[in-house]
Amino acid sequence: MSASDTGGPQTSGDYITHHLQNLQVGDTSSFWHVNLDSLIFSIGLGILFCWIFRSVAKKATTGVPGKFQTFIEMTVEFVDSTVKDTFHGKSALIAPLSLTIFVWIIFMNTMDLIPVDWLPMASQAAGVEYMRVVPTTDPNITLGMSFSVFFLMIFYSIKMKGLGGFAKELTMQPFNHWAFIPVNLVMELVALIAKPISLGLRLFGNMYAGEMIFFLIALLGVWQLPLHFVWAVFHIMVVILQAFIFMMLTVVYLSMSCEDH
Amino acid sequence: MNLNATLLGQTIAFAVFVIFCMKYIWPPLMSAIEARQAKIADGLASAERATKDLELAQASATDQLKDAKAQAASIVDAANKRKAQIVDEAKTAAMTERDKIIASGYAEVEAERNRAKEDLRQQVATLAIAGAEKILERSIDEAAANDIVEKLVGEL
Repeated sequence: MSASDTGGPQTSGDYITHHLQNLQVGDTSSFWHVNLDSLIFSIGLGILFCWIFRSVAKKATTGVPGKFQTFIEMTVEFVDSTVKDTFHGKSALIAPLSLTIFVWIIFMNTMDLIPVDWLPMASQAAGVEYMRVVPTTDPNITLGMSFSVFFLMIFYSIKMKGLGGFAKELTMQPFNHWAFIPVNLVMELVALIAKPISLGLRLFGNMYAGEMIFFLIALLGVWQLPLHFVWAVFHIMVVILQAFIFMMLTVVYLSMSCEDH
Repeated sequence: MNLNATLLGQTIAFAVFVIFCMKYIWPPLMSAIEARQAKIADGLASAERATKDLELAQASATDQLKDAKAQAASIVDAANKRKAQIVDEAKTAAMTERDKIIASGYAEVEAERNRAKEDLRQQVATLAIAGAEKILERSIDEAAANDIVEKLVGEL
């Protein structure tokens, strides 16, 4: 679907800018407004994840499982073995957390494979001007998740090493001398803060770039069809890989917080 | 980048979904998987046990068959021996019986002959006397001639 499909005289720049504009609600001049489209799709897909897995979990049989149960169990086993390989402590939270992250991010990334104009045009027809359907192309969503992980990292650090141990880790490394405390603190704090930011921005950047290329392909007219297919096939890999990387790094960061150096 | 309250909304949603997953999704799925793993392990172990049992049973069956064959052979042997023994015994018994019968036959024949001889001797004596009586009817006294007749009879 080319730019002229959306009606009215419109440049390519307008088309892309329009597609990159979130549906925002609230006081847009301050922090206190939300990207309603991102939140709706994100929460909707989270509920879809919960509903699918809960319905399987409720009917889970210990005998011969059905095909769908087998598929769900394969996903669970995959996440579980990945967590067990990396995280050696005992925690009832890490594995379900990883499963939620993995499946939810896959769902959110997969929204990218829906042709870029379908949902925005449908919502426009319904009177809603802006609609971005891929929640993970919104940094608020990815950073929201990575900062939740960051909070858990700090929580586990303090829980496992105590407040003193955590403070010592921040101040006595890498130079174990009192004179180096400020230097150490600055270095360690940068390293610590860099983790959640890079975690969130990596996912955001990958998905944003992928979405942008879908927009550019959509500007090509008829020629978009084969290109769109090729890029979508390639993008499937990115969708799953980025979800896996986000999950894997979450587990790695949390296991680092739990282990003494 | 446009950071706004979506960040907080997403954080809250994330926490809710993780807690839901931790409470209602992970435990039942994991327990089902683990229960099935235990079941499969049990099944494999019992299959192995059954295979071992089968091997043992086959071995013992072979042993029993061998024993039975040996026993049957020994029984047949004993029976053969016994048969030969019985036949032998019967033969000897028959032999002795035959000898006895033959011996008694001989004895009887001998006795019969002796009796007949005695009879004949008596009759010859009587006939001799009767003949002599006829010849010497008037002249010879019976009593006087008697010792001669006795002598004759004794010479027979």
